[in-house]
Amino acid sequence: MRFYINYDVNIACRVILQEQLELLNIKYKLLPLGGFEISSTVSKEKFNALKENLGRYAINIVDNQRKHLFQQIKETIVEIIFDKDKFPNTNISYYLSEKFNLSYGHLASVFSEYTYTTIENFIIIQKIEKVKKLIIEEKLNMTEISYELNYSSVAHLSSQFKKVTGLTPTVFKRIVEKRKQLID
Amino acid sequence: MTNNLTPLQIFLADDDEDDRIFFSEAIEDIRMKNKLTLFNNGKDLMDYLLDSDASLPDILFLDLNMPYKNGLECLKEIRADNRFKDVSIAIYSTSSSEEDIENTFIEGANIYIKKPNDFSELKKVIKGVFQMNWQFHISGLNKETFFFSI
Repeated sequence: MRFYINYDVNIACRVILQEQLELLNIKYKLLPLGGFEISSTVSKEKFNALKENLGRYAINIVDNQRKHLFQQIKETIVEIIFDKDKFPNTNISYYLSEKFNLSYGHLASVFSEYTYTTIENFIIIQKIEKVKKLIIEEKLNMTEISYELNYSSVAHLSSQFKKVTGLTPTVFKRIVEKRKQLID
Repeated sequence: MTNNLTPLQIFLADDDEDDRIFFSEAIEDIRMKNKLTLFNNGKDLMDYLLDSDASLPDILFLDLNMPYKNGLECLKEIRADNRFKDVSIAIYSTSSSEEDIENTFIEGANIYIKKPNDFSELKKVIKGVFQMNWQFHISGLNKETFFFSI
């Protein structure tokens, strides 16, 4: 005997998705157009297991939204550090959370998913990058630079600079100058 | 870590076998995808790199004291060739003299590592280097000022 099935792909996929989410004990909310929402506290292992299980049905999770959010976080940090007018008086984590209207925990988890680093570390390195730029420009002295970037003191700025680069600002400047001479 | 990143291509040139093994084991333990290629001295490294079909590393770890061709000579040759402009160079040395550190930076090294004796310390250092190098690329840090000692 020969049979045929007829089916609704959308319903089939939704049922498989629901089954797999329940199998992994993930709390979820279905959204229109094949979307679903899960808590950001779901472990990466579980999320990967979900991806893998769905993959067997050739169903792929498109998580570009997270990637998109990561890009936006990154750009926002660079923007607020390099644009003088945007440097917030509140701390940056609070600023980010307000701007994206998402919890800082969620932002942090999305961020580390796409990078080898944390938001905090990313911010520190961007700040030091700005410090390097200002040192080379020679328009501001160290006191003014520390004020510009919300460091509590020159000592705090110098110690963070040393921690990130392994060099004091003075040695750093000397190396940049000698490098230039060598190229010229 | 994450599946969204392609493996880092890592080269190490070091004439000391123990150091090479030590480094290989540390890098294997790090949860960042990478592929390590080893060279026993500076000459082997340069012979490989000067072959125009050579696939280039993201980060090259370079010992300073090597026979045939030492690390500083390799550094100078590599930095004189525009083909290697995107390769980050990490000096990996037992010396921690201020002069060596400054000199290698002036010659174009990006990272200076004083070889740690402790395994977990070495892992921490390599991880720090990967993170920093990643950030250098992803957020377009200024190449002229991308150097640090760890």
